[in-house]
Amino acid sequence: MVKPKHQRLILILLALVALLGAVLLAMWGLQDRAAYFVTPADIAAGKAAPDRAMRLGGMVVPGSLKRDADGLTVRFTVSDGKATAPVVFRGITPDLFKEGSGVVAEGRLDPAGLFVADNILAKHDERYMPPQMANQADAE
Amino acid sequence: MIAELGLGALWMAAALAVLQLALACGLGGEQGRSLRTIRSVAIAQGLLTALSFGALVWLFLDSDMSVKLVAANSHSQKPWIYKFAGTWGNHEGSMLLWVMVLALAGAVIASLERRIDEPTLGATLGAQAALALGFFTFLLLASNPFERLDPAPIDGRGLNPLLQDPGLAFHPPTLYLGYVGLSVAFSLAVGGLIRGEVGPSIARAMRPWVLAAWILLTIGITAGSYWAYYELGWGGWWFWDPVENASLMPWLAATALLHSVNVLAARGGLRAWTMMLALVAFSMSMVGTFLVRSGILTSVHSFAVDPARGSFILALLAIYIGGALTLFALRIAHVREGAPFEVVSREGGLVANNLILSVILGIVFVGTLYPLLAEALSGEKLSVGPPYFDSVASPLALVLAALMMIAPQLRWRRDRQPLLRRAAPGVLVAVTVLVATLLLAPDIGWLPRLGLAVAAGLVPASLQPLVGRSLRRTPLATWGMALAHLGVAVAILGMASDSAFTRETLSAARPGERINVGPWIVDFQGVRPIAGTNWTAIEAELRASKGGGVAVLHPQSRFFSEPPTTTNEAAIDSSWNGQLYAVLGERDEAGRWQIRLWWKPFVTLIWLGGGMIALGGLLALLGRLFRERRQRIRGEEAFA
Repeated sequence: MVKPKHQRLILILLALVALLGAVLLAMWGLQDRAAYFVTPADIAAGKAAPDRAMRLGGMVVPGSLKRDADGLTVRFTVSDGKATAPVVFRGITPDLFKEGSGVVAEGRLDPAGLFVADNILAKHDERYMPPQMANQADAE
Repeated sequence: MIAELGLGALWMAAALAVLQLALACGLGGEQGRSLRTIRSVAIAQGLLTALSFGALVWLFLDSDMSVKLVAANSHSQKPWIYKFAGTWGNHEGSMLLWVMVLALAGAVIASLERRIDEPTLGATLGAQAALALGFFTFLLLASNPFERLDPAPIDGRGLNPLLQDPGLAFHPPTLYLGYVGLSVAFSLAVGGLIRGEVGPSIARAMRPWVLAAWILLTIGITAGSYWAYYELGWGGWWFWDPVENASLMPWLAATALLHSVNVLAARGGLRAWTMMLALVAFSMSMVGTFLVRSGILTSVHSFAVDPARGSFILALLAIYIGGALTLFALRIAHVREGAPFEVVSREGGLVANNLILSVILGIVFVGTLYPLLAEALSGEKLSVGPPYFDSVASPLALVLAALMMIAPQLRWRRDRQPLLRRAAPGVLVAVTVLVATLLLAPDIGWLPRLGLAVAAGLVPASLQPLVGRSLRRTPLATWGMALAHLGVAVAILGMASDSAFTRETLSAARPGERINVGPWIVDFQGVRPIAGTNWTAIEAELRASKGGGVAVLHPQSRFFSEPPTTTNEAAIDSSWNGQLYAVLGERDEAGRWQIRLWWKPFVTLIWLGGGMIALGGLLALLGRLFRERRQRIRGEEAFA
């Protein structure tokens, strides 16, 4: 059996290794899985890589909202005041989703430049707005 | 008048916190007398804070619109239960609740704690007063809940309809009780470090608080998960949302602490590590409060966006966490080493448990705060989502569950018994399930498959500590451990089953049409308007059948007039082997309704497991308290 003093030292080392391991593991995970928040301007500038999970934020351009004949697919354009990006989503849109209001779409950019969303977040209540979008609104 | 009374009580409580801190710093003269004074000051401070909170509850129930907070967050036409819950459904009220629980916890240790020596208790109460003081200052200077409004409006703005749910009304207080319960562990650690008295007695004093806090956090997280599942209508039970992570991080730290505090209490080992965890656990509670209350992170939940308050809480965080870590660094050399043990032993298993939990905590912490850091450093805006957390944290959780299959059966200090024989039942079941899923369900992913196998193996393994002993003589704490570990197995089974076997159908249907999802055939009967207490709704009728069973579901689309909002009310039918989940969407020009259906086999096991974990904790807590009481009575008899 090791001496108590040595055992404490071993435990401290183990704890440090665990902490370091957690940070390294986290960094490795963040490298390709952080869903970057992008704006239409980022997409226009080619800053968003296709086929990677990300979030697209902006305002739904009035007059751009169209429903497909299947009754389930919606197509709309998102704008940040500088550029626009087309989005397609198949599913039930949130209650607060409408033209002219803020939206965050989670999904991927397809090679043709269409954003395919698997989830749509609209502003949750009258007080909710993601900080990224609040900044955009200030900039306008 | 009531508002002024509440504010006055709050000021007086704050003044008492100053006095308590000063007395604890040794300004009160003679040691023994000053401890008695500190005790009574702590009790008075707790009662005054409770009085202040009571005043705020009164104002909400009374719909006193001359108080700004009531006018902004309540409505005279609201059911009373939501007026009551509205007290803490906002920033100021929830902070007052926070500080009340903190002060009451201080009052309880002041009046009941007898396990630790007097100077250490004095230092602990001083630390508790210092914590309370920061939050009193925050309330009184930056977020006064009793501020008046002139002229007073007639009706008020109302409570966010999403929060008008009985489950959610009691969700925040549960979590807060848990957060603040950890404050006592923090103060005890600070007291012990100041006095250099870090031994089994501190651990025994800390244990019931950690257990109680952990039980409440477990209940809070489980209930929050179920709320998100049925209220948001997305069919998911965990979103890795910053607000959810804010409650998960203290839970992870508390789980580690709960296990290490046992080593310290029973064997005198892991002293420095346990103190560190006690400091980290409450720090995580404060980080959680900061994340939720500052609105600094993008969240679908956040409802209090105020940078000024955020910086106030951030300053408090820096002072408390920085101060505690400095104290730890300065004093830890004065703490005696713990009792030694070998790698293969109960202690060794618990160290492994602690290390894995800490790594998971680190991963969640980095992922939650990384967007903040990245924006501060490079101005780049980004958010971290489920792909990161799922792929990095879930495999570690499975490693932890695998460890749970053997560690609870190890002996203290050293274990020379053949490990393989004891691990056999669990491993056998796990391998059988693994092979079975490979044969029967070859297309499911590896993570759910391994989850099913490990969880199934954990079922017999968690019952093993009960095998071969007289069940009546088995301590309640051992029963509690077995039940909590079994709960972990059940919860993982539910999670793995949900991600492996869920079936989803999205359709646009006319009344009279038929939809299939998994084993169910669903007939869409039609829609009709209905009205509730403060809302109106469109309700669909779905008649679902499977074999002999029939279920009728009524998903709704609700409209609230005050404030004007629409919400989706999902309809859920539970049976023993899963849940059928239905959401009603919009009507299109062709007269079709959007309907989304999920069949989720065994999804309920997730929350059942959570409940079992909490119940296991409760058994352990009761067992410890009874045992201590018996020992005290026996000790007193022996003395007499």
